[in-house]
Formats: sequence, structure tokens, C-alpha cells
Amino acid sequence: MKIEVNNKPVEARVGEMLLGVLRREGIKIPTLCNIDGMAPTGACRMCVVEVEGQRGLVPSCAYPTVEGMKVQTHSPRVIRARKTIVELLLADHPDDCLYCVRNNCCELQALAAELGVRERRYAGEKSVEKMDVSSPSIVRDPAKCILCGRCVRVCEEVQGIGAIDFIGRGSGTKVGTAFDGGLNVSSCIHCGQCVMVCPTGALREQSHLKEVIEAIHDPNKIVVVQHAPAVSVTLAEEFGLKAGGDITGTMTTALRKLGFDKVFDTAFAADLTIMEEASELVKRLTEGGTLPMMTSCSPGWIKYVEQHQPEFIDNLSTCKSPQQMMGAVLKSFYAKREGIEPKNIFSVAIMPCTAKKYEAERPEMARGGVPDIDAVLTTREFARLIKMRGIDMSALAPDSSDSPFGERSSAGKLFGASGGVMEAAIRSAHYLITGRELEKLEVKAVRGLEGVKEAKVNIDGLEIAVAVVSGLGNARRLLDEIKAGRKEYHFVEVMTCPGGCIAGGGQPFTTDPEAVRARMQALYKIDREAPVRVSHGNEEIQRLYKDFLEKPLSHKSHELLHTHYTKREVTL
Amino acid sequence: MTKLNDKCCQACWHDWDHPCPDLIECMSAGPICHDSEPCRAKRQAAIAKLRREVISDPVIFVGTGTCGLAAGAGKTLATTKQWLEEKGITAEVVEVGCIGLCAVEPILDIQMPGKARVSFQEVSADSVGDLLESVMVNAQLPSEKVLGQHRPADGSALEPWQGAAWLDEHPFFAPQTRWVLANCGIIDPTHIEEYIARGGYAAIAKTIRSSTSAELCDEIETSGLRGRGGGGFVTGRKWKFALNTPAEQKYLICNADEGDPGAFMDRAVIEGDPHRLLEGMAIAAYGIGASKAYVYIRAEYPLAIKRLHEAIAQAHQYGLLGHNILDSGFNLEILVKMGAGAFVCGEETALINSIEGKRGMPRPRPPFPAVSGLFGKPTIINNVETLANLPGIALNGAEWFSSVGTAGSKGTKVFALSGKINLTGLVEVAMGTKLRQIIEDIGGGIPNGRKFKAVQVGGPSGGCVPTEHLDIEIDYESLKTIGAMMGSGGLVVMDDQTCMVDVAKFFMNFVQRESCGKCIPCREGTRRMLEILQAITRGRGRETGSDALDRFKGVMYLQRLAEVIRDTSLCGLGQTAPNPVLSTLRWFRDEYEAHIYERRCPAGVCTELLTYRIDPEKCRGCTLCAKKCPSGAILGAPKSPHYIIPDKCIGCGTCLEVCRFDAVIKE
Repeated sequence: MKIEVNNKPVEARVGEMLLGVLRREGIKIPTLCNIDGMAPTGACRMCVVEVEGQRGLVPSCAYPTVEGMKVQTHSPRVIRARKTIVELLLADHPDDCLYCVRNNCCELQALAAELGVRERRYAGEKSVEKMDVSSPSIVRDPAKCILCGRCVRVCEEVQGIGAIDFIGRGSGTKVGTAFDGGLNVSSCIHCGQCVMVCPTGALREQSHLKEVIEAIHDPNKIVVVQHAPAVSVTLAEEFGLKAGGDITGTMTTALRKLGFDKVFDTAFAADLTIMEEASELVKRLTEGGTLPMMTSCSPGWIKYVEQHQPEFIDNLSTCKSPQQMMGAVLKSFYAKREGIEPKNIFSVAIMPCTAKKYEAERPEMARGGVPDIDAVLTTREFARLIKMRGIDMSALAPDSSDSPFGERSSAGKLFGASGGVMEAAIRSAHYLITGRELEKLEVKAVRGLEGVKEAKVNIDGLEIAVAVVSGLGNARRLLDEIKAGRKEYHFVEVMTCPGGCIAGGGQPFTTDPEAVRARMQALYKIDREAPVRVSHGNEEIQRLYKDFLEKPLSHKSHELLHTHYTKREVTL
Repeated sequence: MTKLNDKCCQACWHDWDHPCPDLIECMSAGPICHDSEPCRAKRQAAIAKLRREVISDPVIFVGTGTCGLAAGAGKTLATTKQWLEEKGITAEVVEVGCIGLCAVEPILDIQMPGKARVSFQEVSADSVGDLLESVMVNAQLPSEKVLGQHRPADGSALEPWQGAAWLDEHPFFAPQTRWVLANCGIIDPTHIEEYIARGGYAAIAKTIRSSTSAELCDEIETSGLRGRGGGGFVTGRKWKFALNTPAEQKYLICNADEGDPGAFMDRAVIEGDPHRLLEGMAIAAYGIGASKAYVYIRAEYPLAIKRLHEAIAQAHQYGLLGHNILDSGFNLEILVKMGAGAFVCGEETALINSIEGKRGMPRPRPPFPAVSGLFGKPTIINNVETLANLPGIALNGAEWFSSVGTAGSKGTKVFALSGKINLTGLVEVAMGTKLRQIIEDIGGGIPNGRKFKAVQVGGPSGGCVPTEHLDIEIDYESLKTIGAMMGSGGLVVMDDQTCMVDVAKFFMNFVQRESCGKCIPCREGTRRMLEILQAITRGRGRETGSDALDRFKGVMYLQRLAEVIRDTSLCGLGQTAPNPVLSTLRWFRDEYEAHIYERRCPAGVCTELLTYRIDPEKCRGCTLCAKKCPSGAILGAPKSPHYIIPDKCIGCGTCLEVCRFDAVIKE
């Protein structure tokens, strides 16, 4: 089918939305409310174009192409409309770009620049809104909200939570929680996917930078840091590099330069998690226990089960997440070994995640009033810290992590992508049951960006049905299937964020699925090239068990590495 | 035989499980299935009684629609019953809807046996006793209370009152063509048989027996009926989109979310004649192939909702709703869905969201509701008045309907007259009637001898029509040419004491409050437009810093802003939101200019722009004004003339009120 765009013939598919056609043609159309892959809502009107025969301008995101239609994408009328819309948004926007966390990476700011807004054309009253800092993970600043609705849609349609929605009417409309309470008392599960899609600074992480910087400069504190598997493959993007590069080495050097006393790899704790979790699975399979067993390393998912699906609490693995396992071991085994008072250790975790901040604050994640993790930085905050300290990443020589928790298997590293926990667990479960390694370590069926992946794994005649889901909307659907008896599994991996930690709520802002794919490929590449590819093959893990924990699921590990969950009452 | 659907004799085989297809015809002109003189007599007697052509006891009708109740009809009703009881007089007391002349409510009608029914105006609880005494005991009509007597039907034996004018010759009613409102204020809306006795449900009975859905759509399209809710889309054509979209379920929605300020026709129709709406809905549902229909009505209309529920229950009892209606195989369930009263929920897609339980925000179109609407199914949304027009068309044919009206707009239109006009109320006139006739003849002109200035047509989406265009013949197109629109039919009349900038401000305030908040131009733009208008009506006294500059800048950008809002808004509400400003700017630019350049309000409405000064000749220096002035703007020694400091004056007018020597001059 042919249509005409800016007086030139263009090929289009019947019924395809105009925006897609224009982008394919290399015509840049600004959008604010559009989320690739989701149904258009036509709210922001930034993508309006002129279509011959139409009285008003039409939103290209929600306007299907029709044979022979004539479109003008940048006529004076269109540009004036777009510019006016941006001006209207700015009229009710705080003038504090320089103070804003999104300065230089704000979509509204970029549009104002592109459209040449040079004058405050509409002066008027600004909405007075209070900031919501009640959540341990996410700060909402409604004054900066432009009501594009992306957060609302992601929360509702992708994650199935619906913690926030539009409330009020007219110019008093705002995004808020049920009964307009704080995010902390809402059904929010802290995943931060809303932050990822927010075009402005209205949503951001609860920053722990100040605490971390203070601790680094506190002579009485030993500041240890762990970095999550998905951080090293995304951090480079914050420095303008293409998605998909792994910079574990330079990152480690940067961490040392920042003044962290010890640098450990969360992937080590992921190996530890696998030792415990695979053993738990084998135990549940062989000795009986609630099945399917479900993974417990994603804190958003845990909170979701506790508040939305409490009947599945017993299905959750009792293993703490790698972050918390590392935290617990650091403040027990490591503190003792190094002769440091646990309260003098300041334990920092660099995570692709906002929910990890919440997880670290859970009361059961502290012993004797000392939290296992003192501060959690997202990948973005980490990058900010590096920039603030003037560290030139391109000039750094790679370094390796510290002993004893620096060595990792690539299985632990795979945790960063959806399916990684499953793959690592299968590798080790196979070994635990048969005493042999899998012939082919890659479990292709659980790899990739699909929201739901299923596989049957045969371990010496024992067939294990597994499922891997990412995105809580997918998880809810899977649980519904399980509840209805339509699906049966032995082991289910759930990651809160679609695609897993590589697309976590603390990662560099991108909604481009190709970037996420590249990050995933980077992890697979690491696995392909790694010398140790199974968690039980990690020598430092073996040593830890020998010296301290005895064996998986031992009394000691139960005390330190396992936890419990409670039903939570929130307004759903 | 006590009810119309009772059996006249054993030959009648109609029952609920096996409905007779000729039920309606049988009830009004039966029996059909057998020939029996006694049966026919029985039926005719029943009909005559329902039509109140033959009554044994006096009947008192009290207009207790919402408007009547607001005027005190509830008390009138109670006093009437009490009076009858005290006097020991047996009479039937009937509550009816509003006949349309809201200005003179409470309206009470009395029909004495053998005599014509007479309507009386302004029958308050205090005066009802005297009225009843006079009419029912002394057989005298108090002339100052008489509104008019109802003309008996042809061949009726009812005797007219001597010397009482005919109601249909009353200047308010004479120019009207009352189709939709035919029964309002006349029949008992809680009684389905009264509707049937006046030809009700004959249209649906005829339609489902003699037309296919496609034929009905054609008929309605040929009639030229256009949506009465505002857009004016050709109803039959809209139906065809739904009819021709294959789906296992289709929906009809009646939009009764009447939200325009000054519009109350839907409420009056539902309160006064709910079965007409139900019959219309049945016809529309049949036309598009829907078996389920919703009435989306605002919860602020409790009486209308009650009437609807009663009417739906009765229609079910008579087999006119539900399964296998009149043995035709056509099924229809009607559900009443209450809305929370958001203006935007009158917009089709927002209304659909609201019914689905979502926030009432419009969706982008396409897809149009007729193709994918409620729960993703083809859905037709018609306004109350549109639906209430259908029985007439279905019964009398497209030609009957299209014989009235203009080239592009057929039939009649109900208008709600309000504002600075003598006779406020509901009027139904043929399309093509002149606005001047509605205002001057029907509405009785402007009260207190003031001059007409403009009439706002079509609510917040419409525009105002100035004196020079009053002779326009109302139809959908003509109104557009002068920047107004039919809308749902609100007519708000304004006199020379109305400030047009103030009017624009009122509507902008309404729109910005009622915007759903979804799309940026409507949400933010209307708010800024309102602010610009507020700035030009604000006095200098409160201006600081660069306020004056911003005020001028705002004016410069007003038009541009209005155009962008119109061009880019998501739904009709936003696209038409600037209309009140554009329209007042077009016709009353001089008033804007007076506000902007001369800083004065010609109509004397914008208080902050008024200036006050003290005539030194008249001022006696009593100091009262200086004491009362809230902003300390008045200076002067006792016993010597005072002076108002213009910069301090906030224009509240207190000095004018308190001065005992008429020394304060307002300009």
C-alpha cells in the first residue's frame, strides 16, 4: 500500500499505525506517552501530524494508515502545535532543570530544545505538589509529572500491580496511589519499571549516594561493595558506549578508586544461592515439599506474592537473594575472619534494581539491629558517583575482585538475565542428583527475552518441568494457570522486570528492546568464555562451605542464608 | 378486566410464556384474534379511562419532576392530599412530569368529571387550598392562576370550560411542535398503560414484525434523523456501521449523562415519559442487532433513575423487554448504569470506559465505538432525545418525520431555555425555527425590560449568538456558520447586564475543571486560557511585578492557544473547549478590548475593573465610607469631602452601598 508523506510516496502496511511508518522512513516524530510495544493511548499529542482531509491534527501513534493518505509531518501548523504543547507542559513545570536528577537525560528538556522553546509564553499558576519520599525505593515528585501515563500503564499492564493511577480531574489531575497515600502503604512492589519509563524527573530512585559517600570517608568504617551480575554489562551505556559491553574489570578498578575497601562480586553470592537453592529443590523433589518451587532472588516478586498471592508463599524458595546472602556472610563469616565488628562494616550493594533498596530494609534482613546491607546503589547512581569523582573510565586498567568473594562461576553471572537462575540451578541440580556435569551446559529453552519460557529437563530419568517468567503480569498469568490446574511445574523462576535484571528498574534509561537484547548477549558471551561455568565448581564457594557453612541447607546456612515470608495486607 | 393486558375473555390466549405478537394492537384497538362486541367495548372503555376521556372522580395532576419539586411541588402535593382528606372529597391525585414551562411551576392540573383538564400556574402550597376550593367546590376558575385548558381529543365528550384559554394557544406552547415531549407533564410516567393508551409501544410492535434490521436502518437514515447529543451524525448511518460489523454481541448505550450547564431535556423526558425512551431503545437495539443495552445516567438524577427502574420493570411485566419480545425472537435487556457526573463521560469513548469500570477518559479513535466499543464489541451510543424520536419515525414513517425541518436537519429539537428570559423551561420546536421566535415569542423576551445581548447555544462546546444573527433558522449547519453548535440544546439567554468576557471565563472554568486530564492541550491549555481571561478581568490594584506584561502577552497568545487546543485535543470536549472564547471574541471583540485597553467592564460585571469616585459636591464628610472600606482606599478629614485612591481601590463597591448621600459614583 502506498501513502504520501511530505509529498513523497512511502510504502505502508494496511492498518499499521502511522508513527511506525514514519519512523521506518527515518522521520523523527517526537512522543511523550508512547511506549514501544504497548497499545497507544494518544494522550500527549506530541506526535500529531497533518493528514489531508482531517479537520484537526491526528496523533500518528494511534492513527492507522489508509491507502493514499497524504501526511505532512513537519508543517508549520504541526510544529506550532508541538511547540505549544511543550510550552504548556513547561508552564506547569518547576524551573529547576539544573537541580534535577534527569538534567541532560530528560525527554521534556530535549523536546524543548529541539522545538526551540526560547520564551515563557504561558506564565501562570503552577500546581503545588508534595514530594512522596515514603517509599524505600522510589521517590515521586508529582510537580515534575507531565501526566503522560507511562508509569501508570507499565504498572498496570506490564506488571499487573496498578499501584498508581490518575486521580482527580481537570487541571487537578495527578498520578497517585489509592486514597492518595504514600507509595509505602500502596501495593507498589518497588520494581522501578515506572522510573524506567518516566520521561522526566517525576520518578526516581531513593538515592543512597550520600550515605555511601559519607561511609567511604568515615575512617572507622570498612566499606565493602558488591556488584550485581547485570551491572557490568550495562554500566558502559551510562558513559555513552553502545549497549552490550562487559566492563567488570574497569568497573572494579573504578570501585577501588572511589575508595571502597573491598570489592566483591554478587555473582559469587549467586553461586552460593544456587548451592542452597538447587539443594532445596533436590530436597523438595526427593523428600517432598511444596512444588513448584519458585525462585526468591527478585524482591519485587517476593513482595508481590506476599501481598497479592499469599497462597504461594510456601512455594517460594526460602533462600535469601544473592545480595542478602552476600550481606549476611560479610557481616558474619568475613567479619569474624577479619576481626572486624559487624557494625563497623558498611556494606554497599550496586544493583540494577530499586526493589533491592527495599529488600535491604526488610527487618528480617538484619541481625542484632545491624542490617546485612547498609546501602544499595542503582547502576545509575553508581555512574553518577563515578562522574562526580572525576574518574575517566576509558583510562582505567582492569582489575579483579577481592578474595574471598571475588571468584565466581559464569552460572552466577547468568543471574542477570531472565532464565539465568534456572540455567544455573539446572546445571547444579544435575550434578547434585547424578554426580555428573550436564553434557551440554547451555539450556537454550530458558534463554531469550520472551516473557514466558517453558522446558522439560531430564535428569537421569527424572523429568523436571520448569518455567521461566519475567514481568509480573506474566507471573500473574502463570500463577493463575497453576491455580486452575492447567499447568504443573517443579521449578519456576520469576524475575520481576521483563527480561530480568538487565532491564531492571535501576538500569540506564532505555526502552529499546535491542539494547536489552545486547545486554543479554553480553552475559551469554561471558558464560561461553568462562573457565568455570557451574556454581558448584566455584572453588571459593567450596572453601566457604568447608571453613564455615559445612554443607548446603546446614544449620548455619539456614540461620544466615535462608529467610521467611509473611502475608501483607495492602490496598490492592 | 382491570389491566390492559388482562384477558378480555377466554378466547384470549396471550400469556407471558407465549406472547401474542399482536399484544399492543390488541390492547389499544382489540381484540384482534376474535370478534366480540363486549370484548371490544371492554377494551375501549379501558383505553378511554387511561386517556382520561371518561373519568368518574376528579383528577388532580401535579407536576413533580425535579424542576417542579424544586419549585415546591412536593409541598403542593402534600397539601392537596390533606385538603382532599379534610374535605372528604374523593379524587385521584396523579404525579406527572414537567410540561416544560418551568418558570411558572408548581403546575397543577384539575380535571373534573365531564370537563376538560385545566392547568394552573404557580400553585404553591399556600395557594392550593383556595384553588381547589374554587375549582372543585365552586366550579370557578381563578383567572390569574389559569395557564390554559387542554383541548379534548376529537370526538371526546369532555366539555370545555367557558372563558378559559386553550393551553395549546398559550404563547409558550403555540409555536412548539411537541413530539418528544408529547406526553411529558400529561401522563403518569409510572404507569405503562397510560403510555400504551396513547399509542405507545405500537412502533416497536410494528417494527419487529414488519422490518428487518437493515430496513429499519434505511428507514431511520432516510428520515434524516441526526444525533441530538451534539455531533449531529446521521443516526441511521451510524447504526449501519454496527449492523454491518459481525460480532456475537453488540451493545446499545443510551447516553443520559446530560452535563452541559443549563441543559435538562434528557432528565425531563425520562422523568415525564420514560417508556418513550425504552421503546426508542428497543427500536435502536433491534436496528443494530443488540440484545443488551445500557442507560448511562448521572447519579445526580435520582428521580429519573427511579422512573427508569420502574419503567424497565413494567416493560418486563408486559413482555416488552426481556426474552422473545412479542414472540418476535428479539431479546433485549436494559441495564441502568449510574455515572458519577463527570462531564467528560458524556463523550462516547469515556462513557464506554466508565461502564467498563475504568476511569472515564476518552480513547483515541479509530477504532470507532460502532466497530469496537463496549468490551470491544460494536456499540452504538445514542442520546436520550435521539432515541425518544424513534417511536414516532418507526410508527409514522421517514417521510412524516422529514416533512418537518430544514434541508439538512429534520424533525424537531428540544431546547432548554434558561438565563435572562421570562419563561424558562423546555421547548420543542421544528428545526428551522428562528432563534428570535424561541426567545421572544416562546420565551417571552427578556425580563425587567432589559435588552437582549446574546444567547449561548450548545453549552460549553457551543458558542454565543448575538442579536444580529437572531433571525437564523436553527439547524446543525446554520449554527456552525456563526461559530455555535447545536450541542445538546441548551439555550442560555444573556441580557445587556451580562459581560461576555465573564461568560467566556465561566465556560473556560467549567471546561478546565471538567477536562479528564488525559491530553495535554485540553488539560493545560484550558487552564491557561482561563488564566488569561482572569488576568484581563483583574484590577490593577492587585498586579505586581510583570503582571501587566504577562496580561498583554496572554492576550496575544489567546487565539494561538485556542487554535492549538482545537487542533490537537483528543476528544470532542477538548476540541470544542475554546469555542466560548473564540465565539465571544468574534462577536464581542469590543468588550474584550474595553477590558484590555481601557481596563473597564462595559456591563459592569467585572468588579475589579469598576472605578469609584466621590463627588465632592455631595460628600458631607461623614467618614462612613472610609471606615467601611476594606482596603483603606478612602482618605478625608471629617466634615470635608473624601477621596478614593484609585490604586488602592479593589472595586468592591462597599462605599457605594454605605453612602447615605449618593456621593459615590460608579464608573
